[in-house]
Amino acid sequence: MKILVPLKRVPDPDTKIRIQSDGSGIDLDGVKFAVNPFDAIALEEALRIEEKLGEIEIVVVSIGGDECVEQLRVGLAMGADRAVLVKTSESSDSLAIAKILAAVYQREQPDFVLMGKQAIDDDSNQAGQMLAALLGVGQATFVSKLELIENNTKARCGRETDAGIETVTVKLPAILTTDLRLNEPRYVSLPGIMKAKKKPLEEIELASLGVAAVSRTKVLKLEAPPKRKAGVRVKTVDELVDKLKHDAKVI
Amino acid sequence: MKELPAHLTGGNFLLTETDPGLVFTPEELSAEQRLMAATAEKFMEKEILANLDALEHQADGLMPKLFRKAGELGLLGMGVPAEYDGLGLDRATTVGVEEQLTRLGGFGVTCGAHCGIGTQPLQYFGTEAQKKKYLGKLATGEWIGAYALSEAGSGSDALGLRTKATLSPDGKHYLLNGTKMWISNAAWADLFTIFAKVDGQQVTAFLVEKTFPGVSTGKEEHKLGIKSSSTRRVILEDAQVPVENLLGEVGKGAYIAFNILNLGRYKLGAGAIGAAKESLKVATRYAQERQQFGRPIASFGLIQQKLAQMAINIFAAESAIYRTAANMDAVAATGEMMDSTNPPFPRALDEFALECSVLKVACSEILDDVADETLQIHGGYGYTEEFSAARTCRDSRINRIFEGTNEINRLFIPGLLMRRAQRGRFPLVAAITKVTKELLDPAPLEDSSGGDELAPAQALLVNAKKLALFVSGVAFQKFGEKLADEQEVVGHLSDIIIDIYLGESAVLRARKGRKSAGSAAALSDLALGFVNDAVGRMELHARHALAAVSQGDELRAQLGIVRRLMRWTPLNGVALQRRLAKRLCEVGSYPALVASK
Repeated sequence: MKILVPLKRVPDPDTKIRIQSDGSGIDLDGVKFAVNPFDAIALEEALRIEEKLGEIEIVVVSIGGDECVEQLRVGLAMGADRAVLVKTSESSDSLAIAKILAAVYQREQPDFVLMGKQAIDDDSNQAGQMLAALLGVGQATFVSKLELIENNTKARCGRETDAGIETVTVKLPAILTTDLRLNEPRYVSLPGIMKAKKKPLEEIELASLGVAAVSRTKVLKLEAPPKRKAGVRVKTVDELVDKLKHDAKVI
Repeated sequence: MKELPAHLTGGNFLLTETDPGLVFTPEELSAEQRLMAATAEKFMEKEILANLDALEHQADGLMPKLFRKAGELGLLGMGVPAEYDGLGLDRATTVGVEEQLTRLGGFGVTCGAHCGIGTQPLQYFGTEAQKKKYLGKLATGEWIGAYALSEAGSGSDALGLRTKATLSPDGKHYLLNGTKMWISNAAWADLFTIFAKVDGQQVTAFLVEKTFPGVSTGKEEHKLGIKSSSTRRVILEDAQVPVENLLGEVGKGAYIAFNILNLGRYKLGAGAIGAAKESLKVATRYAQERQQFGRPIASFGLIQQKLAQMAINIFAAESAIYRTAANMDAVAATGEMMDSTNPPFPRALDEFALECSVLKVACSEILDDVADETLQIHGGYGYTEEFSAARTCRDSRINRIFEGTNEINRLFIPGLLMRRAQRGRFPLVAAITKVTKELLDPAPLEDSSGGDELAPAQALLVNAKKLALFVSGVAFQKFGEKLADEQEVVGHLSDIIIDIYLGESAVLRARKGRKSAGSAAALSDLALGFVNDAVGRMELHARHALAAVSQGDELRAQLGIVRRLMRWTPLNGVALQRRLAKRLCEVGSYPALVASK
């Protein structure tokens, strides 16, 4: 069995994010980077499946510049077997990423793809769904519980929805996108980091995949959300109701 | 002994100028090295910070459990060779992890006592059989290690210890009798390295398992801080130690005790700076959140001054730590051994004894200042246990006491120079003679005009080295061998040397950073901020030292030389500190400040 796990390089969630003064993007000066936390959850799930079933090949893939090697090494250090970096200097939107991943999928022919439901940098939550559509395979998104059934030909997935946990069964191959509560990723152990240095990491040029992955969306401007204004203290319930009626006009 | 390149010999920084290319800086850490530190950072957040309250109250079995978890991640066997189940990592790699492990008080002490003084005596002085038996267990964290040197009556006077070791009539055991004090990890330790006197005379080290008959521990000490760590007496009542557990040779225990303490001091320095960075993080966050007069207190000058001062001192100390770590690695890589013991021990343990003492003193005092100012920034809240600042103050305080008090270490610094000079390992007398002659002949001093913004600081440090040698020369001429008895003078000399090592390390790092990382403005500000403050400190120490040695016209002439050497146009420290503090608040943390362009 082979599982493909895409890993995206994103600013570390603990980093203070600053917007460039002209609003054109994030000021990356001095910023630490990490594996997108939802992707780390996906990789953790793949590793747990491997621990259960044994003999699985886990391939991690990232798309971007040379710097993404760092995140691939994290994946290898956690326990992935092999890494692929698709090199491109272009920034790609969700559809472009989905197209590139589709090409990687064709090349690798995995049994299924486990990936984060979204990346914490742009929060698009589209690449997984688009990838499934491009490949014409099934999908289960927001997976918070995963079980391989019927001799590993299907995945029974618990999906987090507003109404509660929805259980769906998808035929493999499929695209499974992971939610926060699926698992807690393991630590990257020091021996793991040392072993990762010896694991194969293949770099391929985007052009060699033969995909036209042009972004169709453009970020016009980034703005910090407005600062929250100080609240008002009320003394009585009547005062509260009055304010809700006349000031906030919500009731 | 093999001739090593100048920059790889202890104390050499006082004699020659070092090319920035020869110093290792944190900016050069590889992605793997950073990843290892990140693992330790995450471990501390998730396991230690989350359990801090229970740890502080010594919840039953919690510390050993978390300790072993750290072991599973490889955090406890970094320096142990791979053939003994360690990772065989160099010091430059392990510093980053150590900084993380020590950033929260007691857990750092537990790990530090284990990885350093608990494991290293065996690692560097043990026989093959001893290492086979114990080292792997320590490297993986399966066993916990401890080091027992101090006694009720012998702290700084370590060799005045009274614990006795007597060979049993059948020659199979040593019987140890005595009580060891202040033993970190005592409650949980499986293996103690215990120092005792064979025949009441010869200081000797023993590997003592806690289960050996006659070994017990006292009750937990009620300490001011590092409450999550264990500190107890170790009581030896006819403790039976098999002869094969004698470490090194009879009578050679002092070599083990002191060389291991060298490393311990360096590690303590690294750990203290880890804790200082944590404290600065807390202070920076609080200063931005806390509003007074309708604005965050981080926008006020006197708070900015504190934040910048912390960052400046941390930067200089951190620069000196990484420089020393990599230099020790480089000496270790030569394979040079010292044959004063059998088996011989690596020269890397001994070579930078002076630098290790410098780091111990400087980093522990910087941490205390940082902890204190963090509490101050918190105002009244800082004085309560609701915030971490109070605990940090309590935790930090021990660093000036253990691994040799700062007073003892201050005496070591010039003492080591003199001892090395006597052994022909350090050309102290020649250097003093040269500098004294040069200074009496008032030729123009180093001209720093025409260089970049770091050039004046570099020139000042060149003069500061002359100052240190000049004051040493004057004091030595007056007191000769008895200089050691003039502890205050020696202390002043030490303080000058400490500022030189930290200041130079900071400037070299900034210079290197400028080349590789483009215009790293923050690096220059941090280095210059340190030197700008150090000038006044060094001048004052020199004046005090000379005034205690000379008088009248002679003193006046000497003070003239001090003034000439410490000539410095002050930088606008206010503007520099405001700049640094603003940037620190913008980027949110010290590591981001240093990494930003």
